[in-house]
Amino acid sequence: MRCLSKSIKRKKNDVKVKVKVKSKIVNKRVKSKANPPSTPSLNFVCDIDTLRTLIKKNKVRVVDVRKRDEYLKGHIKTAASLPLAELLSNDDPESIINILNNLGISDDTLVVIYDDTFGALASRVAWSFKFVGHRNVALLEVTYDNWKKLGLEIERKSNKYSKVSHSIDIDYSIFADAEYIENAQNDTNKIIIDSRERLNFLTEHIPNSKNIPYTMLRSENSILRNPSELKRFIENRGIDLNNEIITYCGSVGTLSGLAFFALKTAGISNVKLYPKSFKEWKSLGKPKTEFKDANYWDLSAE
Amino acid sequence: MLNTILLTLAKSIDYDVLSSAKNKELETNEKWGLAEESEYFANKVKLYRQDKLNADEFRRFRLQNGAYGSRLNSEFSMIRIKVPGGDITPTQLEKVASLSESFSIGSAHVSTRQNIQLHWVQLEDVSEVFRGLAEVGLTSREACGNTIRNVMCSHFAGVCPNEPFDTTPYAKAIARFFLRNPICQNLPRKFKFNFSCCPEHGYVRIADVGLVPTVRDGVRGFRVYLGGGLGAASFIGHLLEEFTPESRLLSTSIATIRLYDRLGNRENLARNRMRYLVSEIGWEKFQGLLLKERILVEATISIPTRKSYDGFLNTGDLNNISISSTSTKSKITLPVINSNSGDTPYTRWLNTNVVAQKQSGYYSVYITLGAGDITSSQLRIFAECIREFSLEKKARTTPQQNFLVRYIKADQLPKVFQKLSGNGLGNPGANTIVSTVGCSGTTSCNLAITNSHRLAKEIQSKFLELNVDLDKDFVDSSIKISGCPNSCGQHEVATIGFYGGATRIGTSMVPIYTMLFAGSTGENGELGKAIMRVPAKKVLDVVLKIFEHFKKERTGNEKLNEWIYKISNGNGPGEIKNVDDMKNLLLPIIELPAFSTAPDFYKDYGTDTNFVAKTARGECAA
Ligand code: HEM
Ligand code: SF4
Repeated sequence: MRCLSKSIKRKKNDVKVKVKVKSKIVNKRVKSKANPPSTPSLNFVCDIDTLRTLIKKNKVRVVDVRKRDEYLKGHIKTAASLPLAELLSNDDPESIINILNNLGISDDTLVVIYDDTFGALASRVAWSFKFVGHRNVALLEVTYDNWKKLGLEIERKSNKYSKVSHSIDIDYSIFADAEYIENAQNDTNKIIIDSRERLNFLTEHIPNSKNIPYTMLRSENSILRNPSELKRFIENRGIDLNNEIITYCGSVGTLSGLAFFALKTAGISNVKLYPKSFKEWKSLGKPKTEFKDANYWDLSAE
Repeated sequence: MLNTILLTLAKSIDYDVLSSAKNKELETNEKWGLAEESEYFANKVKLYRQDKLNADEFRRFRLQNGAYGSRLNSEFSMIRIKVPGGDITPTQLEKVASLSESFSIGSAHVSTRQNIQLHWVQLEDVSEVFRGLAEVGLTSREACGNTIRNVMCSHFAGVCPNEPFDTTPYAKAIARFFLRNPICQNLPRKFKFNFSCCPEHGYVRIADVGLVPTVRDGVRGFRVYLGGGLGAASFIGHLLEEFTPESRLLSTSIATIRLYDRLGNRENLARNRMRYLVSEIGWEKFQGLLLKERILVEATISIPTRKSYDGFLNTGDLNNISISSTSTKSKITLPVINSNSGDTPYTRWLNTNVVAQKQSGYYSVYITLGAGDITSSQLRIFAECIREFSLEKKARTTPQQNFLVRYIKADQLPKVFQKLSGNGLGNPGANTIVSTVGCSGTTSCNLAITNSHRLAKEIQSKFLELNVDLDKDFVDSSIKISGCPNSCGQHEVATIGFYGGATRIGTSMVPIYTMLFAGSTGENGELGKAIMRVPAKKVLDVVLKIFEHFKKERTGNEKLNEWIYKISNGNGPGEIKNVDDMKNLLLPIIELPAFSTAPDFYKDYGTDTNFVAKTARGECAA
């Protein structure tokens, strides 16, 4: 098992040292002793060490998207609270900008987001930030539960940051709606990915979509497998890195948000999320592919 | 530099906390899997998808590697993981758990031939599952297709009070010897070995080669049964000779396979198992040919071949723990723990799921599953349980679609129960009729007509609700259900067996089961006899009616299986003397109400639409 090896990208002096950690996390890039540059950028997923360093240097806004009472029981040091529900209740671009402002996130603030739901909730929030034009946002490679188990820095105090003003620059290249999906259905260069579990997919899905269950994406210790594995999964499916991929899931774009980030780390450049997902698709009465010739649910021991 | 090392060390301690599989046991099982076969499979899938490999060729390749096509949907596969001898380690179970979670449906399935199956895996992910399996030494290679299937071994082998010796190493050596062996890569049809531990336990009469261990003049050996097997037409195996010394096990096996390979029917798909060859040329002739073939094999077998087998046998022996056991002269039945006191969940479990081993002070514990299904999280708990409580740190799959964990000390049993039952794994009834067997049926199999899988689960939960496990009269009886006549659910060796079909009642199609009586396993195993047909939704009522009359009419302490046996032979002790009496008793019960008033009776379990029998190519002989 390996964790994702990414971390701060530096323009110069990028010293790569392979640290072999006995356990699960190997191949980590270790930072040089040189002073870090003033505005590093994050690449989809942030590893533990990088986040700890950033926190110590006060160079990151950590966002906790669990429920508020969970946050109050303890959270990663310096983290601000943004329960996913709060974002979902107002997820038009202006409201999201407002949220960024209230969290003290300005255009060049590094943001690292975590949850306790294998990265799915964090992904949905991170995607929203990207959507309104925030560039430097990444998911923490582990869940809060794992962070805590590792005995890393947590605290209970509620963190508030002074309000800032974030610019708005909507990135429609990562967004899809029902109409977009409909047009993509018969386009061989566009691939629609359903990130729900296998049995849900078999039951019903958007016609012509393919299934990559979110359960395929994580590893034992990390919310995402290493990029080479993810890339292999995609290649096994005959998907080309140049294909455009649109992800969706059951209701609000969380599982598919995770898939969005997985595909990005695997090297697919053009990935879009259909945030309203299958729930909206069904409510619009759009066609579905159903599979009723087998009683597969009866195989589950749940 | 030193700093880095220290840091690394500190970190390694930290990060280990995240590893659920810390304190991994030394891997005690053999390595069956090969990582390169995964990549090879992935490439073949790509070629097939690009139309560079034709469908037939690809299908044969896929089956040889252990992946069946899923029901009416060729995008998905069922992967049959071989568990040679049924022997599996916690690390392997944990891997199965994570592979199921990632690529399958989050549950795994223990099969009637001790395999573990992952269903509805996308064809493109099959190679990933293979990769993971190889990491822990497992393989699905030759689990399907026309080759040597999983070699079965009684789950009591090594702990059974009546066994002359532990047959596990022999089962594994045979499995190891034939895996990837050129002599069995393209047989006329599949070929099955079953080892027992004693005359009672084991499925030796329904295999191509069934072996019962025995000792003569201090020499280990077997009674070898050939040409048995279940299917649309089933046969009981024939005894080759009174005694086959262990030194001739390999040559006898090779000779059988060579003979079958040469003479077996390659034309007629429906008659190409070895049992048809035996029945066509007659047992005496087959036997004569075989004994001659064996002489030939023994004269020509090369030293390296012999040595490789001996090597496999020795490693198998080393891998087994040995604890001195009380030697047994006369046959005794496996003692079950009897607590007598009341019917708390714990005592119910003790009564039916815990068996004393021949090693005094040690017990084996059954995990009763529902038709063999277990979730990934349950598998993980189970793996922990094995590590924590079993001296041999392994478990066995059983042909009743359950697990058995062995070498547990008496004082640990309450803790074992607590751990299991807290996670839905503490159901009682393993050695009684409660533990119903059901093949995959319409949940995944192309040939299925009925949802045998769900029916098995329905019956089991009804029995648990009715506390059937508490009643000693139902110990050693079984219900086994197949979704079509092919017998994957082994309905012909059940006390009460069922296989699925379809019929028309009035103007509607109805799922219906043929009920069989008095099948049995073991060295004296017999095939069940067909009694009558029962609509799917009436099966439970029929079974309960049979129970009711059994209670009324049996004599003395007769158990259900004994009573049923008498009836099927026309010697019923009460009013119901024979099969016809039984039919007359049950006919009123199987009457269906009019479709218009009760449409549900015309549907199968697990479906809310009207019943239709849909099947596709079965791939049972590709
Ligand atoms: C004509 C085709 C088939 C025949 C004659 C056949 C026959 C059998 C028989 C007799 C067994 C039983 C056990 C034993 O020998 O001890 C068995 C096992 C089994 N079969 Fe089939 N089968 C066929 C096709 C299939 C198909 C298409 C599937 C589903 C994909 C399937 C799934 C199973 C399963 C799950 C088992 C359990 C045991 C194992 O692990 O091998 N079978 N088969
Ligand atoms: S018995 Fe029939 S329905 Fe059941 S698994 Fe075998 S072929 Fe399929």
